[in-house]
Amino acid sequence: MTKSDMKSAVNFVRDSVAWSLSGGLGYQLYLGILMLFMVLGLYAYSVQTSQGLAATGMSDIVSWGLYISNFTFLVGVAAAAVMLILPAYVFKDKDLHRVVIIGELMAVGALIMCLMFILVDLGGPERAWHLIPGIGLFNWPSSILAWDVIVLNGYLALNTLVPAYILFCHYNLRKPDERKYRPFVFLSIFWAFSIHLVTAFLYEGLPARPFWNNPLLGPRFLASAFAAGPALIMLALALISTFTSFKIEKTVFNKLRIIAVVAAIINLIMLFSEVFKEFYIPTHHSESALYLFFGLKGHASLVPWIWTAVSINLAATIILALNPGKNHPLVLFPAAALLFIGIWIEKGVGLIVPGFIPSPMGEVVDYSPTWVEICITLGVLALGTFVVTLLIRPALVIEERFALQEGSHHHG
Amino acid sequence: MMSCRKSCNPEKQTESKRSTESACSRRSFLKTAVAGTGLLAGGCGSGMSGTAEKMHLNWQEYFKGNYRLMTPTEKEATVSRLERLAKIKYKLDVQISTREPVQQVLFGYAFNISRCEGYMDCVAACVKENNLDRKSQTQYVRIFELEHGRMDIASGNGKYFHEVPVADHFYMGVQCFHCESAPCIKACPTKATWREPDGIVVVDYDWCIGCRYCMAACPYWGRRFNWHDPDVPLGELTRKQHYLGNRLRRRGVMEKCTFCIQRTREGRLPACADACPTGSRVFGNLLDPDSEIRYVLKHKKVFRMKEELGTDPKFWYFSD
Repeated sequence: MTKSDMKSAVNFVRDSVAWSLSGGLGYQLYLGILMLFMVLGLYAYSVQTSQGLAATGMSDIVSWGLYISNFTFLVGVAAAAVMLILPAYVFKDKDLHRVVIIGELMAVGALIMCLMFILVDLGGPERAWHLIPGIGLFNWPSSILAWDVIVLNGYLALNTLVPAYILFCHYNLRKPDERKYRPFVFLSIFWAFSIHLVTAFLYEGLPARPFWNNPLLGPRFLASAFAAGPALIMLALALISTFTSFKIEKTVFNKLRIIAVVAAIINLIMLFSEVFKEFYIPTHHSESALYLFFGLKGHASLVPWIWTAVSINLAATIILALNPGKNHPLVLFPAAALLFIGIWIEKGVGLIVPGFIPSPMGEVVDYSPTWVEICITLGVLALGTFVVTLLIRPALVIEERFALQEGSHHHG
Repeated sequence: MMSCRKSCNPEKQTESKRSTESACSRRSFLKTAVAGTGLLAGGCGSGMSGTAEKMHLNWQEYFKGNYRLMTPTEKEATVSRLERLAKIKYKLDVQISTREPVQQVLFGYAFNISRCEGYMDCVAACVKENNLDRKSQTQYVRIFELEHGRMDIASGNGKYFHEVPVADHFYMGVQCFHCESAPCIKACPTKATWREPDGIVVVDYDWCIGCRYCMAACPYWGRRFNWHDPDVPLGELTRKQHYLGNRLRRRGVMEKCTFCIQRTREGRLPACADACPTGSRVFGNLLDPDSEIRYVLKHKKVFRMKEELGTDPKFWYFSD
């Protein structure tokens, strides 16, 4: 690295930090609120640290709860960036190419949240170094959790390095060298599928849990992620388009809508197939599904959640498919929000917890998160949103500067 | 005589007031020490020099490796540190063994479902022997009461509290089955749980990071997690311990039945088999053709739980 490279790298970081923090009162207020939630999460985590995981609602029967549920859902959000990367880089879609950076940076935020959710779920976070190959002992390839550590960190690296390189070039007002980053883009496309499949295999690979031990789990993870992810990206783009000078074309939203609809329909078909298998001739293996949808032995805490999720999934898919408002923001964005929330509930509440109920010994208990768990979860979500915001803001400034210079080149 | 016996609830027997939890814990001790109130800290049992020593020992403990990779010298060093820490923390002399498996031994267990009458002496003995947490009523061994005509454990009652035996019912004990193809071992991301050459599936409590993936992977609910600091009355503490067995666990790690590794490697029976008043529990060396367990396997009709999962448990059920 030459001295001038070094200097421009320092300038790049310095300006990015300055841009990420600059904004009007509304923006500062927004960052302040996020920080408030982060402090709340930190306080709750200090309570969890002093009491142990007993401060959560988890037990020896339901041994994973809100943290791992959110982790699983957010892996899908991270993977969904591929739904922009694929058309933007492979099919050279101009509209999506303009916003692909936003998808990539959202993936970075989602991955940071994933890793945080794993960390807060650990009984001995201070011993997490036991996982690091070389100084620890890494049970690879046997443990799927070991695989997950690799694919998540690898995807985080890919989604950090590619945008960082492109933004660095654009910051210096030069075109990035496609030969340099294209191989990594292709790698990240395969990697996106792998993060969500491997995460599904964590559950799918356990014969102890018949509810998860189902070959449809992996494909269904992908389908639901490719519906929820673009729905979230749509909402983020709408916010950016409203509150910043970075304007986004209507065609972008239409393309994202079509991607989300196709994925949502595939997801619903697979859900129907699962429900059919569980209830046509119910076996002992259907008891978790029975608990989830109808309740079991007098315990039914998840029943309202799953029916809400299924109903709003269905409603949102129909609205997005028929598109009655012709992409009108007042129809499109609420529908996208519904789809996102529906899948969040379905994945978050309806997948992890019922896998543990009934226990392998047939015991049924309910799980409900404590305030500590809820506050830590809010804190991690706020942290992720904070990171995404601080990454996207300078990225957009750099992109706009570059686009302006490109435009003046073409005219001049 | 049998009818007057109640199913015994082990957590009812807390006599001693001092416990691992109420005794000056490391955290509260450090807090006091940090606050600089030496007098108060002194009131906690040991002086400031004890605190410094404890911090030093804990520091060394933090960086130690996985038990399986330790040299004999390293094993000796960690054991003496742990024994010293128990002395500082609880003023107790404990002996932590690292006794290796005996050659030509493979442990197996058989449970007679026509004999067990559900007294749960095994449960109480296990709680005491293995220093199990009293606060959350942790139990490695559980007894389920099932109605005649069904063999599905899920239909049983694992929380009965009434006079036993009950007519038209039978009793089935469950615990870690020490599977030959154990899904929990495969799941662990840090190799903190493994199967010893004598067939005992163990956990390195100091290597476990507490992710609980093994717990999700076990089809027999054989594992328990320390959600909080374990609470064991010091007067009832079993001081003869094994590194992989009944030594005191810390918060945030997994634990499980170890076939009482601290006893069985010395040729004694596990506490549950020892305590059983009905002779329903048979434990022994599967490689010894003259052992009682081999007799049972040869002459009785035996079955194993959820055999279709291919886990190959070393725990059989049989009836007379």
